[in-house]
Amino acid sequence: MLNVIAQVVRRDLLLAARQKADVLNTLFFFVVVVTIVPLGIGPEPNLLRSIAPGVVWVAALLAAILSLPRLFSNDFVDGTLEQMLLSAEPLPLIVLGKAAAHWLVTGLPLTLMSIVFGVAFDIGVQETAVMVASLLLGTPVLSLIGAVGAALTLGLRGGGVLTSLLVLPLFIPVLIFGAGAVGAAASGVGYAAYLLLLGAFLLFALVVTPWLVGIALRISME
Amino acid sequence: MIEAVELTCERGERLLFSSLTFSAENGTLLRIAGPNGTGKTSLLRIMCGLLEPTAGEIRWKGGNIRRLREEYWKDLVYIGHLNGVKDDLTVRENLRVSVRVAGRKATESRLAQALDAVGLAGFEDSMARFLSQGQRRRVALARLYVSEGVPLWILDEPFTALDVRGVANLSELIARHIEGGGTVVLTTHQEVPVDAARRKRVDLGNPAVATVAEAEDAAC
Repeated sequence: MLNVIAQVVRRDLLLAARQKADVLNTLFFFVVVVTIVPLGIGPEPNLLRSIAPGVVWVAALLAAILSLPRLFSNDFVDGTLEQMLLSAEPLPLIVLGKAAAHWLVTGLPLTLMSIVFGVAFDIGVQETAVMVASLLLGTPVLSLIGAVGAALTLGLRGGGVLTSLLVLPLFIPVLIFGAGAVGAAASGVGYAAYLLLLGAFLLFALVVTPWLVGIALRISME
Repeated sequence: MIEAVELTCERGERLLFSSLTFSAENGTLLRIAGPNGTGKTSLLRIMCGLLEPTAGEIRWKGGNIRRLREEYWKDLVYIGHLNGVKDDLTVRENLRVSVRVAGRKATESRLAQALDAVGLAGFEDSMARFLSQGQRRRVALARLYVSEGVPLWILDEPFTALDVRGVANLSELIARHIEGGGTVVLTTHQEVPVDAARRKRVDLGNPAVATVAEAEDAAC
């Protein structure tokens, strides 16, 4: 069972390594959005400190959305997705592998990069640690929920816009609790509840979304 | 044995075929014939379980494939119009990945043999993006050599883009698979050297009148 997940992860990582531009686009977008906000609102340190977690989280969310259309579309066009649907292995496991690979090339690098922004916005060591933890728990949820949207809009014209419309409302709780965790840490309130909720979202998404994606892919292939 | 029971297929509000019933025992070459646009590919996709028929069902070993799912797909190799070849993987990686993701096991030497058999020896480490159409087709067809033990092959125009040698090799492989008790369902205009007794044909009729010719169970 784990074997097929590992196979798919390895395949998608190999493909990502050979199409670096796709991966770098997402990261570059994330960096640009986060760095451009201070230029727009001015260099007031306290203001920047208080908005930093929100800015990083919003940028991570937008970067995730930007990368979603590619999740299945290439496999759809060249016929490998069709073959995955006919696999003797359960489709949800294959989907889980694809979502994991997507997170490894988008969510994880974003999370690591957010450490730099924690320093740049001067939000303090503990707050940065909480931000990294919240992103570690939250970005996989973005990949998993995003996969549902990407699967539903597969092969449709203007699918990218539709995907954002579909998944944005579902991303909002993740955004609220993710940015909220950092805010709570900054104001000295307990932040554990936020992280625990994010963890709960993650577990829920891990269990439910692969099945939903599987169903959506079968419908999209018809 | 694969059976189609009372199949009806509508695509885009057009009736492609209705009440289509046929069956093929193990060791049969089932050819789906008919002019363009009569639903040959749709029928193959229905037989794979990729497309849901408007009515009717496909049975494999007596069970509806919609319920068998992975159990059915374990017994099936499908090669469609799309080759399922990744541009950014090498020939060897493509074959390895597609076999593994399909849930099958194959040793490296088996993969090498398969690539050799389709005439891609020496191209194992080339990126698929630099291959010609015919060579890409061969990468897809190499999956058949790795899956000789898989009973059911569904092939959509398998001979397209192949050269004379490639066509001969593939016909031979199909004939061997049928000799060994396998079932092959395909759409093609190519003759495959198989006993008349082991051949069957389904004719999809004229789409303009939206009727379907009776499935011919007689050898053709």
